[in-house]
Amino acid sequence: MPRAYIPKVVTANALLEGDVIYQTATGWSRNLAEAEVLTDEADADLRLIDASQQHDRVVGVYLADVDISGPTPKPTHFREDFRARGPSNYVHGKQEAPKHV
Amino acid sequence: MYNYTDFDTAFIKERNAQFRAQVERRIDGSLTEDEFKPLRLMNGLYLQLHAYMLRVAIPYGTLNSRQMHVLADIADKWDKGYGHFTTRQNIQYNWPELRDVPDMLDALGAVQMHAIQTSGNTIRNVTADHFAGAAADEIADPRPVAELIRQWSTDHPEFQFLPRKFKVAVTGSPNDRAVIKAHDIGLRMVERDGLAGFEVIVGGGLGRTPMIGKVLRDFLPREDLLPYLEAIVSVYNLLGRRDNKYKARIKITVHENGLEDFGARVEERFALIRPQFTGVDQQMLAAIESDFAAPEFRSAPDTEYQDARRHYPAFRSWADTNLSEHRAPGYAIVTISLKAHGATPGDATSAQMRLMADLAKRYGHDELRISHEQNVILPHVHKNDLPSVYSALRAAGLGTANIGLISDIIACPGMDYCALATARSIPIAQEIATRFDELKIEHDVGPLKIKISGCINACGHHHVGHIGILGLDRAGVENYQITLGGDHTQDATIGERAGPGFSAEEIIPAVERLVMAYLDLRSELGETFLDTYRRLGLAPFKAALYPEARANAA
Repeated sequence: MPRAYIPKVVTANALLEGDVIYQTATGWSRNLAEAEVLTDEADADLRLIDASQQHDRVVGVYLADVDISGPTPKPTHFREDFRARGPSNYVHGKQEAPKHV
Repeated sequence: MYNYTDFDTAFIKERNAQFRAQVERRIDGSLTEDEFKPLRLMNGLYLQLHAYMLRVAIPYGTLNSRQMHVLADIADKWDKGYGHFTTRQNIQYNWPELRDVPDMLDALGAVQMHAIQTSGNTIRNVTADHFAGAAADEIADPRPVAELIRQWSTDHPEFQFLPRKFKVAVTGSPNDRAVIKAHDIGLRMVERDGLAGFEVIVGGGLGRTPMIGKVLRDFLPREDLLPYLEAIVSVYNLLGRRDNKYKARIKITVHENGLEDFGARVEERFALIRPQFTGVDQQMLAAIESDFAAPEFRSAPDTEYQDARRHYPAFRSWADTNLSEHRAPGYAIVTISLKAHGATPGDATSAQMRLMADLAKRYGHDELRISHEQNVILPHVHKNDLPSVYSALRAAGLGTANIGLISDIIACPGMDYCALATARSIPIAQEIATRFDELKIEHDVGPLKIKISGCINACGHHHVGHIGILGLDRAGVENYQITLGGDHTQDATIGERAGPGFSAEEIIPAVERLVMAYLDLRSELGETFLDTYRRLGLAPFKAALYPEARANAA
């Protein structure tokens, strides 16, 4: 029996600011809660290709696993958790703008 | 200190203009990221976890107050009001925006600083003893030699695409404060029969395969230095593995070919190129040396210092912990701790940077140093000025009396910032420092080096920590391995792995058990943690770390 596909989001860094960003249905957001969740592998691959071609806006595009058991997607790995929230040593970066977290 | 010549100034200006054009072309889409990445890395610009990171060279850790002021101004204008001092005597800005970086580089260029070769597979920022020019135990100031190496290596056409990055460290003292045995090339200044020269150590390094460097030449005459270095790097450039980046460092080249074979090739190459060095390098060195002339030290009794010691216990504690012996009578070397308990090791706010710059200007002959242990040094302060210096530092949150103690922790940026990291380092350092501050036993524990890395690349030097901590990802959870008995000095030793790792919640209590075990085990008050470990070995410390294993075996 094939393994269940783990839902994904397309993530990258913004070209100009370097900020962590997530692909939405219509563009990019700094807020993981607004990311487009991809539950189908073929769709995810297509969205990844689409994002990877946006050289003038984003850098380092890849797919990240998310947990969708709650109302908004949550990272499944601690690295993605830090990317979504910002560094844990100071309240700075994304933590300065709670609406982005 | 070294002053740029017209050539240097023009070179930096031209290089910055070139990079500005490259950034513009990246932003307008003319360059892809694949094309741009090697260009930005050649100028110290990384893309990290949350943002770009600009790594600025502080050659051999030396800077003046004007330069420190500009570092602060850059932090305010283009970053978040702070900078991070690293284990390679650089400063990193964690939040620059791409279009601002050319302006940042121009601001640096205006005070004779740059970010060239702080990244990439090339000869990196040359590091040196952070007490250079001041230490009582020094044979000679290593900085002129380090500056000569910097000039020789910067944009050296043969060495821009080495198999991997390449790091050189120099010390002028027998007591190694520059970790020379963990560098690709380590140079120790020595004298033999009245002649100045170097012990040349090659193939040291930490990371995935930690190795202590080996002596390639026990005495190299001073005038042979550049051709000999050129020979070493040439042979490495030819022999170094390019098929596997994990085997590309010179330590592997020396290991795989053997020191004897590697050395023979170096000698062969050296004989070939030595005649090309006709003495111009020595003329340059002589000119550089005049730039590093010692300041004029004043002769005065240290009455006010002694009075302050008698009357102010906090000052005495700081003086006993943070001062080192200066070569000039009446003077001291001040190490300013960037490790306030609970703070991020190596971070300084722009206000703190300005204060340190002002203190250097007023009390310290306008000199500052950055140490590989992520602290800032005022190398020349008359003892009578120390009460004023301490008072100002304390008011700015820089008066922590913990140099060489358990909270003076080296910690790499880890997963809070670094794209390569597999776990966090900084919060572990913060928690250890806070815990031992709460326990109020830091001074009783005495000299103890904890070094933490957030990945196997070992930027936090964990292999040579008395207690080393390596953060890893174990099945999606942060896990911390402990090594014991490492040493970064002239007796450099790679620490021994203690056993299975600990979770983030378990690692602080584990370190506490280790330290409490040491306090029980030490034979006398003056026996350090490292001495005790060397006397007793791993077993009693392992028993403290893993009490449940002992219980299960019973």
